[in-house]
Amino acid sequence: MATDSLSLVFGALADPTRRQILVRLTEGEATVAELGEPFAMSQPAISRHLKVLEHAGLVSRSRRATARLSHLEAEPLREVTTWLARYQEFWDESYERLDTLLAALQSDDPHGRTTARKRGSSSGKD
Amino acid sequence: MGKTEIEVPIGIPQVIVTRAFTAPVDLVLRAHIEPDLLVQWLGPHELTLTVERFEVQDGGRWRYVHRDLEGNEHGFHGVFHGEPSTSGIVQTFEYEGVPGHVKLDTTTFEELDGKTVVRTISSFSCIEDRDGMVATGMERGVNDSGDRLDDLLVMLQTK
Repeated sequence: MATDSLSLVFGALADPTRRQILVRLTEGEATVAELGEPFAMSQPAISRHLKVLEHAGLVSRSRRATARLSHLEAEPLREVTTWLARYQEFWDESYERLDTLLAALQSDDPHGRTTARKRGSSSGKD
Repeated sequence: MGKTEIEVPIGIPQVIVTRAFTAPVDLVLRAHIEPDLLVQWLGPHELTLTVERFEVQDGGRWRYVHRDLEGNEHGFHGVFHGEPSTSGIVQTFEYEGVPGHVKLDTTTFEELDGKTVVRTISSFSCIEDRDGMVATGMERGVNDSGDRLDDLLVMLQTK
């Protein structure tokens, strides 16, 4: 992965307008005007968002006659989702278990072990 | 969606993980520094965690091993910097599968209205280490996780 492409992608995804632009592009390529339709936003503002997306490698652009078309580039999204999923799964699952343990420690069993294990194994979220 | 928030700052080799727990801070601290409690929650449930060393003091060493169902072992070790307390835990962290890529974890606890917010800033030595996650040994389940693009797009639409 190129230097800091991960945080570039996360930065690009942090904005709700840019997320909506990406969702729109999953339906196919579009012009700046088409992308701007759902938003009360000037075309230069949409273009600035597109530049951020392009810089993060999430969008590529081409010309058709006088219009510039934007396309979704899915690969950086795949890399980022895989990366984030690892982190998210690891900590989600650990912290769910910690939640259960802390609840057990605060209730009947002073050591929490038996209760926490029972609760953990019966949560059935596999 | 989980309640665990993960931040990936731009231009800084860090990952910040934040989660609130309904428990007092001293109990949350205990769950982090008592090995018999730690093994009950750290890591995915199908991995068995064995704490081999856990010297909870300034300069104290720690080492633990995650074992999967096939018996594969992943060892991790590091050193505590400063005495772990309710004001925080500072420790180095090295995955033995890829030695030499040490990260620094700073965990803080903030108690508010019966909840404790746990926030861990993981600082990697460079952005490549963070993005490659070579220092964390979190490869589990990724190769067979398939294409997550659909999941992401669902997430994008619902945010």
